[in-house]
Amino acid sequence: MFALRRPSVLPGFGPTLGFALFYLSLIVLIPLAGLFFKSAELGWEGFVRAVSTPRVLASFRLTFGAAFLAALLNAFVGFLVAWVLTRYRFPGRRVIDGLVDLPFALPTAVAGIALATLYAPNGWIGSILDKVGIKVAYTPAGVWVALVFISLPFVVRTIQPVLQDLEPEIEEASASLGARRWQTWLYVIIPVLLPAMITGFSLAFARALGEYGSVIFIAGNLPFRSEIVPLLIFVQLEQYNYAGAAAIATVMLMASFILLLIINVLQRWTARRHGAD
Amino acid sequence: MGQATPRLLRPPPPTTEPFAVKWALIGTAVLFMLLFLVMPLAAVLSEAFSRGIGTYWAAITDPYTLKSVRLTLLVAAISVPLNVAFGMTAAWAIAKFEFVGKSVLITLIDLPFSVSPVIAGLIYVLMFGAQGWIGPWLIDHDIRIVFAVPGLIVATTFVTFPFVAREMIPLMQDQGTDEEEAAILLGASGWQTFWRVTLPNAKWALLYGVLLCNARAMGEFGAVAVVSGHVRGVTTTMPLQIEMLYNEYKFAASFAVASLLALLAVVTLVVKATLEWRFGEELAAVHRAPGGKV
Repeated sequence: MFALRRPSVLPGFGPTLGFALFYLSLIVLIPLAGLFFKSAELGWEGFVRAVSTPRVLASFRLTFGAAFLAALLNAFVGFLVAWVLTRYRFPGRRVIDGLVDLPFALPTAVAGIALATLYAPNGWIGSILDKVGIKVAYTPAGVWVALVFISLPFVVRTIQPVLQDLEPEIEEASASLGARRWQTWLYVIIPVLLPAMITGFSLAFARALGEYGSVIFIAGNLPFRSEIVPLLIFVQLEQYNYAGAAAIATVMLMASFILLLIINVLQRWTARRHGAD
Repeated sequence: MGQATPRLLRPPPPTTEPFAVKWALIGTAVLFMLLFLVMPLAAVLSEAFSRGIGTYWAAITDPYTLKSVRLTLLVAAISVPLNVAFGMTAAWAIAKFEFVGKSVLITLIDLPFSVSPVIAGLIYVLMFGAQGWIGPWLIDHDIRIVFAVPGLIVATTFVTFPFVAREMIPLMQDQGTDEEEAAILLGASGWQTFWRVTLPNAKWALLYGVLLCNARAMGEFGAVAVVSGHVRGVTTTMPLQIEMLYNEYKFAASFAVASLLALLAVVTLVVKATLEWRFGEELAAVHRAPGGKV
């Protein structure tokens, strides 16, 4: 161990790192590895067959599509909210700022039943939309609404600190060099914030992919139409198709890991941009 | 830009938006927040009390609801301290020492955040279930993990795993090792150094992590839904009780239980905002990391 770490007078490196690794392996790494072994039982062909039935493919399309569109909307709305919260002073700003984290703090089952009730044809919002012929609850649009709710904070909280550190001097310099406000926006503000915006988008997308609780109540869960991947995994499990559930979960997990990798690269990019100002 | 323009028509300072644009942006943002975030919260309360206070009271004093409250508290009371112990030891090793593979370890600690809650439940069913890796051995020895309380605890521990560690690591890294080294050189033991120097410096980050960890532990739904088996009064935590009542069309009762968790969420947000406002400087390391506060 000594060759692998810088010497220090502080004690306790061995026990603390040992305990951390032991606990990490026990709770996270070994159970996750079990998932891969289980889906490997199917063999390559069985694996492909398990994850390419029409029902599974339909749920992949829905989950990835709705998560993408929810993250996309939030990339813009989250940017707007972050901008308004950091740049303008208005009554109730602090309350709105605190509320941004509500989707983190509110248990997903609570959010789920609340959204389902709001957007049902006789709900507060659903009854208004119903009059103009838009159905949200129990359709793919409902999945999208729930994912928008759940993923908003990721974008706001990623952009906010970058925006706070963006010194007004830079914008003043831009203005005093003759730039119009829109030019300052286009050439100064947006380029600085773009990495944070993309990072926030990816975090929101990653979270939306795996979301379960807030979606299932509003989605209606019709196979081929409004059945998300996490629910399909659950359904497979209830039918004792363990290997099938593991195979679908493996695909989702690989997607999350790839996203995690991309997010790590993006965060380093953001940090570099951020540090360079 | 036109010096001759009268004062009232003068364009706004070039470092902000025109008045109308500014208020239009504020209006849009606030409207979106009200529509998407505040309305669901309001709906929970309105539905909970829709049948009057008597029904509300009956719903939250229902024996099965009370059992679910007790179970939720029990699960949080075990998984949160486990993750606190992990968070403190991991933060000590990672923040106070330089070693090979540190960034890989930090990434692995964050891993549970990128795993869907349903998958988090699934991996324990695959491991401890009747068809699982050690399931048969567990059955032989009459130990029940899946579809029993221990399963709820491990699944909750998994989903709340990173919270404490990720609040403490950046802060303790920021604080460096000077004070600890001074303590050791003055003759303090490792324990004394940790309890009297490191922990007091990091206590607000610890509290912040515990707060978020606890909120998630009590509200977790997907992961516990998979391992619970929905045995009423035995393996139903509050979120599962909400689901079961809702699926039985007992909406008022379901929202009554939900209102308790919504209250927990609001209290969590208020304490969190207070911590950030009051001890912002001491938590600063956490908030400077872009995307770090998830």
